[in-house]
Amino acid sequence: MTAETFDAIAIGADRGERPWHRTMRRLVKRRAALVGLVVVVFFIMLSTLAPIVSPYDPLATSWAMVRKPPSMVHLFGTDEIGRDILARIIWGGRASLMAGIVSVSLALVIGVPIGLLTGYAGGIVDGTIMRLIDAMLAIPFLILAIALAAFLGPNLTNAMIAIGVSQMPVFVRLTRGQVLSVKHEDYIEAARAVGNPDRRIVLRHILPNIIPPLLVQATLAIAAAIIAEASLSFLGLGQQPPNPSWGSMLNTAKNFIQQAPWMAIWPGLAIFGLVLSLNLFGDGLRDALDPKADS
Amino acid sequence: MTTFLLRRIALTLPTLFFVSVLIFGLQQLLPGDPALALAGENQDPAVIAYLHQKYHLDRPILVRYALWVQGVLQGDLGESIRIKRPVLDLIREKLPVTAELASLALVIALAIGVPVGIIAAVKHDTAVDYGATMAALWGLSIPNFWLGILMILLFSVEWGLLPASGFVAPGESLKQNLLTLVMPAFVLGNAIAAVMMRHTRSAMLQVLSADYIRTARAKGLGELRVILRHALHNALVPVVTLGALEFGQLLSGAVLTEQVFTIPGFGKLIVDAVFSRDYAVVQGVVLCTAMAYIALNLLADVAYVLINPRLRP
Repeated sequence: MTAETFDAIAIGADRGERPWHRTMRRLVKRRAALVGLVVVVFFIMLSTLAPIVSPYDPLATSWAMVRKPPSMVHLFGTDEIGRDILARIIWGGRASLMAGIVSVSLALVIGVPIGLLTGYAGGIVDGTIMRLIDAMLAIPFLILAIALAAFLGPNLTNAMIAIGVSQMPVFVRLTRGQVLSVKHEDYIEAARAVGNPDRRIVLRHILPNIIPPLLVQATLAIAAAIIAEASLSFLGLGQQPPNPSWGSMLNTAKNFIQQAPWMAIWPGLAIFGLVLSLNLFGDGLRDALDPKADS
Repeated sequence: MTTFLLRRIALTLPTLFFVSVLIFGLQQLLPGDPALALAGENQDPAVIAYLHQKYHLDRPILVRYALWVQGVLQGDLGESIRIKRPVLDLIREKLPVTAELASLALVIALAIGVPVGIIAAVKHDTAVDYGATMAALWGLSIPNFWLGILMILLFSVEWGLLPASGFVAPGESLKQNLLTLVMPAFVLGNAIAAVMMRHTRSAMLQVLSADYIRTARAKGLGELRVILRHALHNALVPVVTLGALEFGQLLSGAVLTEQVFTIPGFGKLIVDAVFSRDYAVVQGVVLCTAMAYIALNLLADVAYVLINPRLRP
């Protein structure tokens, strides 16, 4: 039996329906997850098309338009130096989405291979690396990110690195746990019996089978990373002024809460909307990917 | 039990070692001469020479690490460059403030999360359950610094009911102390309440379908008694132990909450230290949180075994 046909038998054979189709069918049935997906796609389009859809230059100041409440000219109002808040929300979405995607990719790229290695190798390699991971997990996520941002220097790139590194242990743990649970399944034993080298077993047989939980975790991690970026920017450790970011907009808004409450409403609503949508989508994806759930 | 305890404690030793390596290693991330960075604004050559000597910067890195650990073990976490005081003193001073805030937040989280979780599980798959689950998702998705700002807007600016910021020590005036802390504690407790609700709900769902619950019902016990005495008693075990793991979330949240409400606690200490490049303080705070987390984890594991007789060796 060739490795390809073996893969087909191992993965397929669920009443002839491909897992991907089954997932899509289940996902469509979940109204909340779909709404989440639509909102996320909306935010992605808004920030990619920022140069076209933004009504104003997000950096253009105007002393005649300082702290004006929402109106037909400035739909979301203006900030303390007369910049259009809607434009800053649209451009600020770039920082949030980029932080979410880049830092989680970083966490995946480092975390998954380490998890595969420790889970598959076991023994002293596993013992040593897992104690290191425990040590990283012992430092609260945001505190670790703050400490890293402090020593690396405050800017958006370092914030993304800090968030990615802080999230990495979760992916190591998840990957390792998944590897341990499938390692002794019959199809892995069979793949080994056919004479596949370890590298091929890990990459072709184990990895594809543990992608669903990783995908769910990654979606939820993007939501967490977006909150983390907003938090670091709120503390002044992320995106630096005058570049817009939802977190730093809230930081400024805090000082004008009496005179210009709208400055605090919109950025927070944007973070909340995007994060809630990602969480809704992630939860729905988890249910849809669960092979044990009835269909 | 003793062997379990000893083995569990032995397991924390390598973790503690790696924590110390990580925190010491943070210094190595600083570009260039650490003494220049540590000296901050003050670029006086005498100060730099003093720092070189104080931190043994001319010695090999392994020796420096050993000396640092030796200091830490003797309670010497270094000195704050900004305030010119030992880091340990600063931490001792700020810790009670955050501890009070965090305890209040935890009480609020339990008071909301557990009852709502029970009701959601009992009314499984009804509108009440969906509503509660949705509320928990909202609680998890709302950034707590934004919730804090919104509450200030409503309760302080609009209605003038509560002070928007500041902190009064409980020894000075307990009433003022609680008035300044009620909003921050709610903001901080909110996300934990959501997590608690989810844990309680799933634990209760699992327990409610168990055989002994059917037995309790079959022998004619009232539903309220079945739920509160028989089900909740068992469902709370994982909730309490999982609650200990929310400590990190609580501390991360406290950093932001203290910033919003200008409360002079642990979180404010680390943020101020970051901006004044007071690295010894940053390291000290990170070290203390990590040790507290490891200790709490240990306690939670031991408590779990103590409460659950089936796990007792």
